[in-house]
Amino acid sequence: MLESAVIWWTFFKISINERLIYRADFMLGTLMRFLPTLTQIFLWWAIYDVISNNEPNNTGAEPDGNIAGYKYGDMVAYYLLVIISRAFSSMPGLTGGIANQIRNGEVKKFLIQPVDMQGCLLMQRIAHKLVYYLIATLPFALVFFLCRDFFIEGWPPPDALAVFFASLILSFLLGFYLECCIGLIGFWFLEVTSLTFIYMLMNFLLSGHMFPLELLPAEPFNIRQLVEYLPFKYLAYFPAAVFLGKIEGPELYRGLLAEIGWVVFFIVLSRILWHRGIKRYSGYGG
Amino acid sequence: MPIRGKTFIADFSRLLVADKPFYNPAMPTIEIKNLSKTYRVYQKQEGLIASVRGLFHREYREVHAVNDINLTVEEGEFVAFLGPNGAGKTTTLKLLSGVINPDQGSVEVLGHVPWERENEYRRKFALVMGQKNQLWWDLPAMESFRLNQHIYCVPKDEFERTRDELCEMLNVTSLLGRPVRELSLGERMKMELIAALIHKPDVLFLDEPTIGLDVVAQHKIQEFLKAYQQEQNNTILLTSHYMKDIEALCKRVVIIANGSIYHDGSLEDIVDQFSGDKIVTLQLHDDRSLEAISKIPNLIEIDAPKIKFRVDRDGVGRVLSQILSEHAVDDIVVEDPPLEEVISNVFSQAEEKGRREVETHS
Repeated sequence: MLESAVIWWTFFKISINERLIYRADFMLGTLMRFLPTLTQIFLWWAIYDVISNNEPNNTGAEPDGNIAGYKYGDMVAYYLLVIISRAFSSMPGLTGGIANQIRNGEVKKFLIQPVDMQGCLLMQRIAHKLVYYLIATLPFALVFFLCRDFFIEGWPPPDALAVFFASLILSFLLGFYLECCIGLIGFWFLEVTSLTFIYMLMNFLLSGHMFPLELLPAEPFNIRQLVEYLPFKYLAYFPAAVFLGKIEGPELYRGLLAEIGWVVFFIVLSRILWHRGIKRYSGYGG
Repeated sequence: MPIRGKTFIADFSRLLVADKPFYNPAMPTIEIKNLSKTYRVYQKQEGLIASVRGLFHREYREVHAVNDINLTVEEGEFVAFLGPNGAGKTTTLKLLSGVINPDQGSVEVLGHVPWERENEYRRKFALVMGQKNQLWWDLPAMESFRLNQHIYCVPKDEFERTRDELCEMLNVTSLLGRPVRELSLGERMKMELIAALIHKPDVLFLDEPTIGLDVVAQHKIQEFLKAYQQEQNNTILLTSHYMKDIEALCKRVVIIANGSIYHDGSLEDIVDQFSGDKIVTLQLHDDRSLEAISKIPNLIEIDAPKIKFRVDRDGVGRVLSQILSEHAVDDIVVEDPPLEEVISNVFSQAEEKGRREVETHS
């Protein structure tokens, strides 16, 4: 136990050093994150503008300028919060990185040396994220300060806030292990790019990254209900909805429990995939 | 030191339980018995239609990468694996380091079965591949060393001592703080070696450690390996295509071709066994003799006043005494043909033997 703690700690420190080499790249990346959101905010501004000028009943909007329960301010706040969720749950390069390591044989390192691959990757990822937050806090704080008026309800009550933070940490783990699993499929199919692409699309639509999940249709297929049974919504929608008070009461904790369930599920799945994968790898030759 | 203590307790408990034999120094370090490994390779036909068909029905071809190998290596031996590309050298090293499982046969290294991948075994060996980079690309090599220190549970003072010693031997102390990507290939290879040796492995597998290096760097690495092996008395298995490496380092040479061991012995054995010829170089006193001798069969080259030719091993004395009785000779050199030539003959013989066997089987 102690010896692995020392290994992970060293690994963590080295990853931080490695990341700090790319500071400038990081700064730029952080600023770029706000750009797509800006276009979305303008789009919704135009939409809300149209519905407030029209007869309320033939646009599908509710009479008081709401869309699916979101006022314009809520909508902007939602997108800003989704950026935060995504800052925890998105794992750029993880899937492709694992698949590449399998394809070019670097994965051998984890068979030869007495270290665990997922532990290494997790440490690396935590280090990367921490460095990212360190650098991103300032621009984030600035944007949120400028946009503070969009948060109509202000700060959520303390219990919702606690669930919000807990769900962010869990969304990091969920994103990590989910993408790990997809990357490990590389043991069976050497090329996972198309799989990653499908995952990206699903994630974009079903996680609430593109728009709040309340906007998903219930007809002809009840997609709105479907996403409740999928893990994606915890990657973007859930923390944001908790903060905005869209999820309340016992639903808060039920959601959190379900999220924990998904995290455990993907941890177990990734272990199984890893063990099956290296068995196959070592059986068919590396 | 709780770390050392823990492994000690683990070792001790294994002694008590004794379901597996505790490593006994009298046992050979590496014992390979009837080892076979077959790969299934997807056989793709050319053309679009064949590609589409390949989606539904795949044809596989079996490649016997390693075919019934038996080998015993004692502690402190430095053994070279020689063989043409695709002969099964790297596959054997992968089997020994536990990266792949065999189809048949058994291997014990230091009393462990490699493909069970016990941490205890993994702390006792190292694999260095000349073509693969195992260091952190953007960071100084020092960071990779430190990581390995913790991975292999090396106490701090011992780590520092080993590192300084190795850096001094390879003369890279001044480069420790430079990012690996800025090092030359030779410098990087030296760092790779240090990283692999930080935990003082009992067994070291080197897969073409000098590939792509210039002559000076090759020589440095040879010298280092030689000195290191003499000092530590560990067991080293090396594959290389450079005969110089093997001449300098290994007393024992195992030639592998088509997945089987074709020869196991010393370099001199190989020359004796596989080369029937000697190369004779004469320096003649006058051009007339040169012209007369130039009619000799198996002439290699004439570079007046020298003449070089090939003579059957048994006929050297007869041919030379005949020449000496007829001509004035200033200097005589009789030598074995270059090692590269002998080995390439051995390879082609081995390949031909393999091909014949395949034909008789089918």
